[in-house]
Amino acid sequence: MLDATPRDSVMERKGLVSNPCKTCQPVGAIYAALGVHGVMPHSHGSQGCVAFHRMFLTRHFKEPAMASTSAFTEGASVFGGGANLKTAVKNIFDIYNPEVIAVHTTCLSETIGDDLHSFISALELPKGKRVIYCNTPSYVGSHVTGFSSMAAGFVNHLAEKSNETTGKLFVIPGFVNPGDMREMKLYLDAFDIDYTMMPDTTDVMDAPMTGNFELFPKGGTPLAEVKRLGDAAHTIALGEWASEPCANALKRKHDVNFDVLGLPIGLAGTDAYVMALSKFSAKPVPREIDNLRGRLVDSMLDVHQYLSAKRVAIAGDPDTVLGLLQFVLECGMIPAYVGTGTPGGNFEAKVDTILEKYGVAQDDCWRKSETDYFELHQRIIQNPVDLLLGPSLWKQIAKAEDIPLVRCGFPILDRYIHPLIPIVGYSGALHLLQMIADTLMDRQDALCEDQDLEFVM
Amino acid sequence: MRQVAIYGKGGIGKSTTTQNLTGALATHLGKNIMLIGCDPKADSTRMLLHGLAQKTVLDTLREDGDEIELDSILKEGFAGIRCVESGGPEPGVGCAGRGIITSINMLEQMGAYTEDLDYVFYDVLGDVVCGGFAMPIREGKAQEIYVVASGELMALYAANNICKGVQKYAQSGGVRLGGVICNSRKVDGERELIEAFAKQLGSQMIYFVPRDNIVQHAEINKQVVTEFAPESDQAAAYRGLAEAVDNNDMFVIPKPLEQDQLEDLMMEHGFLGI
Repeated sequence: MLDATPRDSVMERKGLVSNPCKTCQPVGAIYAALGVHGVMPHSHGSQGCVAFHRMFLTRHFKEPAMASTSAFTEGASVFGGGANLKTAVKNIFDIYNPEVIAVHTTCLSETIGDDLHSFISALELPKGKRVIYCNTPSYVGSHVTGFSSMAAGFVNHLAEKSNETTGKLFVIPGFVNPGDMREMKLYLDAFDIDYTMMPDTTDVMDAPMTGNFELFPKGGTPLAEVKRLGDAAHTIALGEWASEPCANALKRKHDVNFDVLGLPIGLAGTDAYVMALSKFSAKPVPREIDNLRGRLVDSMLDVHQYLSAKRVAIAGDPDTVLGLLQFVLECGMIPAYVGTGTPGGNFEAKVDTILEKYGVAQDDCWRKSETDYFELHQRIIQNPVDLLLGPSLWKQIAKAEDIPLVRCGFPILDRYIHPLIPIVGYSGALHLLQMIADTLMDRQDALCEDQDLEFVM
Repeated sequence: MRQVAIYGKGGIGKSTTTQNLTGALATHLGKNIMLIGCDPKADSTRMLLHGLAQKTVLDTLREDGDEIELDSILKEGFAGIRCVESGGPEPGVGCAGRGIITSINMLEQMGAYTEDLDYVFYDVLGDVVCGGFAMPIREGKAQEIYVVASGELMALYAANNICKGVQKYAQSGGVRLGGVICNSRKVDGERELIEAFAKQLGSQMIYFVPRDNIVQHAEINKQVVTEFAPESDQAAAYRGLAEAVDNNDMFVIPKPLEQDQLEDLMMEHGFLGI
């Protein structure tokens, strides 16, 4: 497994990415668009693009991911995709009848310079229907960028402001699973907060089996709520990379103030979310949430001896990685390697700030934005770790180096149920803690001498 | 079969020069020629075809699923020259560069490059702005490049830029610069300037085409000079150009100039176009 990875030293590289920690922008754009009810995500490009993106989402969520395409041909590449989009929009409203078509671009349509704004302005739409868009060239950013651009696209094109405030809190959950969004909502409900969450893929990418296929599953943020976002009282953006652009768009367009928090992963991460909700609602933290927190702290103390000083490598999307980093530090583990493939946002500096908070020397943690699994593998060979944390893309390294892997984040292509179980909130942290402790303790059991096998741990 | 691509700054007279050159090669030297216009405006063969607006290669893409016949896009013009227009998108949309790639591939598939051809000429729009406009010199297509220039800074600047493109493809393929054709604007010291410029590139000024209003008269009448006024001095000049190209044996990898070298050259031989 991965026998070609050089073992003697880490080679300097300038121009090559091998096994990237990211995927195409439209994957995120489609995921965000599926989080608004009655929306058809539409890929303005060739058929192969959207086939890949849908497949990628389906492999993670184990659910169908609907999206249509402008189906570029050689002719469209030369003459521009305006005619294709016009035909596509007509067909989609005729056949599938969504409320909104959410168009994202592809590398091809971006490179030939298709002007979606003028294409869409010239469309004649059925009454009440809308076409929105965002630009998602994959040679810029990552799937996280695509997610944030599409979320901002909904605000830019649909959010309106009247004279009457809704008093609602607008919550942007970040690039997380539907299970995580459900968990976030539990806290909002516990504070009895009136909120709009967008995007919201609960009951879309985790829709229950009913025996009937729904083209537009019942979940997703209701369009009426999206349109009233301009009247929201405040915005909480969870995750700087995935959510801040959308919060910013609403601030610019309708002057709704916002706070940016990290994803509520781990103790301090969830504390910040809880305190933000307490502040917005002007209510004390409900007893049941306090108890959730107390049980988490109790469990962290219980397993501490098995986690303490264990070396861990973390990879994935930047918002998720920063949350996981903070949680492993809370558990007394040493984050030896921290990497993401999504560029920008001063990732390294943010890692350093967290390390400093927990008194870990920068020399003890190699961290890098825009890295890839090949580089992570090379580094891990030089100085191994006890645990890998992140997407299933770690899998080959885990096998090659015989290091246990705890799967979390996006994507998990080779296991089931993960999208339904949260890693955010105190319960999510408890789940993470259980997975990490079980994995490390299973490892201890498997490797120890017979006489050392502990029956009670 | 010699495949030749003509480049040069927009408006320098590439299409005029190419049509008059091919006209002379066909009538004077009896060559079999195909001329492929690589310009979305599709006006590279107008004089040879007497203004006949023909269907372009890319027009055929708009028609869904139809089997395309070569006859519908390849028209025989003056002196039996086979004329093709690649065509392209309307201004401001789509990708003209991709259009050139598509259209040359289609021509190859349709068997336009027959064995009896002595020459294939590509008349390419303006600068080599992207990979598409370099298509005629990629993958062993055109082996010879001629750059049309005159004694103005911007013309030389564009010519120099084109040479950078040629240099790039010369290293990976076999393309070579055959020379600079001076299409005179009657600028001071023009011949000397172009000669010096071509020499610095490591090439030659292959021919000096004098300026004569008869070219414009012929153009208005939708004819090449060789057809419009075969006895004129200008027709003789184009015959001279045809002979120079046909007998040319100086093919080099150009050495493009630095910007200050180019401006020094202007100061020495001409004026800065003011």
